[in-house]
Amino acid sequence: MRVPRVLLAGAAGLTLMLTACTTDAPADSPEGGSGAELTPDEEWFDEAEFEAQLAQREIPPEGPEDQPWMQAIEPEWIDTSEFVHDAPEDATLCFSNASVSNPWRVTGFITMEQQVEALQEEGRIGEFRVSDAADDDNQQISDIQAFVDSGDCDAIIISPSTTATLTPAVETACESGVPVVVFDRGVNTDCMVTFIHPIGGYAYGADAADFLVENLEPGSTVLALRILPGVDVLEHRWAAAQEIFADSELEVLGHEFTEGDGAKIKDLVSQHLQRGEVDGIWMDAGDGAVAGLEAFEDAGQPYPVIAGEDELSFMRKWKEEELTAIAPVYSNFQWRTPILAADMILAGEDVPSEWVLPQEPIREDELDEYLERNADMPSLHYAKFGGEDLPGFPEAWTER
Amino acid sequence: MTPNPTQDVRGTGDSGGSRRSGAPTALAALGRGGTATVALLLALIFVVIATQNPSFFEGPPLMSFAKKAAPLVILAIGQYLVIVSGEFDLSVGSLVGAQVVIAARLIDGQEAMTLPVIGLMMVFGLVVGLVNGLVTTLLRVPSIITTLGTMLILFGAVRYWTGGAPTGALSESFRVPGRHGIEGVPFLGELPWALVIALVLAVGAVFLMRSPFGRSLVATGDNDVAAAFSGVRVWRVRTMAFVGSSLMATVAAILIGGYAGVTAQVGDGLEFTAITAVVLGGVVLGGGRGTVVAAVLGALTVEALFTLFNQLYLPSTIQPSVQGLIIIAAVAYAARRGDLRLPERLRRRPAHPTERSLGTSRR
Repeated sequence: MRVPRVLLAGAAGLTLMLTACTTDAPADSPEGGSGAELTPDEEWFDEAEFEAQLAQREIPPEGPEDQPWMQAIEPEWIDTSEFVHDAPEDATLCFSNASVSNPWRVTGFITMEQQVEALQEEGRIGEFRVSDAADDDNQQISDIQAFVDSGDCDAIIISPSTTATLTPAVETACESGVPVVVFDRGVNTDCMVTFIHPIGGYAYGADAADFLVENLEPGSTVLALRILPGVDVLEHRWAAAQEIFADSELEVLGHEFTEGDGAKIKDLVSQHLQRGEVDGIWMDAGDGAVAGLEAFEDAGQPYPVIAGEDELSFMRKWKEEELTAIAPVYSNFQWRTPILAADMILAGEDVPSEWVLPQEPIREDELDEYLERNADMPSLHYAKFGGEDLPGFPEAWTER
Repeated sequence: MTPNPTQDVRGTGDSGGSRRSGAPTALAALGRGGTATVALLLALIFVVIATQNPSFFEGPPLMSFAKKAAPLVILAIGQYLVIVSGEFDLSVGSLVGAQVVIAARLIDGQEAMTLPVIGLMMVFGLVVGLVNGLVTTLLRVPSIITTLGTMLILFGAVRYWTGGAPTGALSESFRVPGRHGIEGVPFLGELPWALVIALVLAVGAVFLMRSPFGRSLVATGDNDVAAAFSGVRVWRVRTMAFVGSSLMATVAAILIGGYAGVTAQVGDGLEFTAITAVVLGGVVLGGGRGTVVAAVLGALTVEALFTLFNQLYLPSTIQPSVQGLIIIAAVAYAARRGDLRLPERLRRRPAHPTERSLGTSRR
């Protein structure tokens, strides 16, 4: 009786102590820059792709300047005459959506629906069918299979939930003979007619990190707030930031996973502020940026230099408090493009085989313009949603 | 239902301690209950935090900890009411999320709407609690199913209502209880309203558990058949517990919304954090054991663990595993010490003729 009791007490204590010991090194020597690992994880870092994305930021896109969703960076046009539809006004578009589980996807999906309405009014497409997999790979595989089996789809649009798992399902859709359009996250095949996406995660993370490097004195401290580990688009953002911070004089205090939860972000930032100054905040997505800034207010500390996102709650705070900030953008208007691409394909027009959309951060000089354009929009809306010219604007987005 | 009136002063708070019959002061009762283990663990965690961050116990950091911990403390009190009566409430996380989203949407930044909307949230909490309670007691659906259902219904309804992302904004006055406090308190700096509210509710809960209602609640959790025979209206007592839990979740929602504003993820997973806190406090799942003070300490311990992990720069990927290890070790330790004992029906053994179950009825 006595021994096990001691053992158990010891186990509880030991667990605490062990966790204390194993992580002592970074906690004790933050000055050495070991607060955060600044070598990107190989699994998530592709040097060539990183360089390519950084270069794409500088390349002027082809296409109409006032319609960024129709622009493409270095497009390689391909012929789609084999998919010409005799009566596009009767054509059925089928869309397999990964989910609408975050405000970014909700905003984009509304824009997509309004784009469909616009084309339907013009008589350019017919029915629009949607299935939502609620972030479940298996569900999405069977959704795509159901579209193929129904035989009703004249074009299939897919926003894959994950890369590797959805690849065979996309291939199945291609084999059915109808044109397939993939957008947002990619898959490991090029069987689709076009793959539509903004420049990418490396460019996003680099925009944010570059801004901090330019606007902070050497030796300043930076805290990185991340949503989740293991998601490629988010990992690429962090890998790019690691690469850039490693070459800078900034001291990265650490990186924290927040799940985008405001309460968690505020708590984590408050704790870092108790232990010392935080001069800059890098975020892999803007969710909860305002909660992080409030932690500075409540601690009576000056605002940090911050990289958020084009989410309106953050941009309004930026304006109100005159922050030194940047809003990296993961172009939300990309949700319009697949519908337009499907329309072009059914009309036999050429489309880019890989349709790289522009992805430009919003900087201080554009802040007022974007706030004005989105004045009536709710706070969890994305400034570069690109739907101002669509039917139903603004009610479709304000009354979601 | 209390044949021995001298037991009245002891409340229900000393399930582990009633074996000894010395002069039972409240303090001694605390020391002997499941409370001791969790208090020890909390102290141990605080010591480790102090070694990492000596300034933690200066006023402002401690108050900031209290502000963050208050909602979980309040949720744990609500969850305690339900668990001690022998049931579960899995719906609180979803309810917190729903309430914050409702508040943001209806207030939409207008100060004048603050109080009416808070009133409406209370009514909504009351209704959710009543539904949970009545479905569990009158329709005899096990509470784990009932509240799992409520959790999904609320989650889905909010998603449907908002189209997947919350809209609107909270007013500044709505955010006061969760974010601000009484300024200029010596040493502490700012005394957060959240701490005041949590303290008031905790003291209220202690008195509630000493009242006839509290005793009925514990008796119901210990053995509902016996409780029914002794005149307790079991369905009513349990329904009240669910209502209490939902109202506590509503208060927690006001504090959480106030603390950090609206995000799409607010409330996610809080039900399990609250249950963890209560279990860590030594309140046995299945009912009839444990004190509300222990549940509160359990909540503080869970929050302190989160803080400690952060102080240690523990990779957040491993945090749930370490949390799990510590909880199992702590509860096992308490069980070995005899702080926690199995419910009466499982441990009726002649070897312990003097052992008694509760400080209430069967003497």
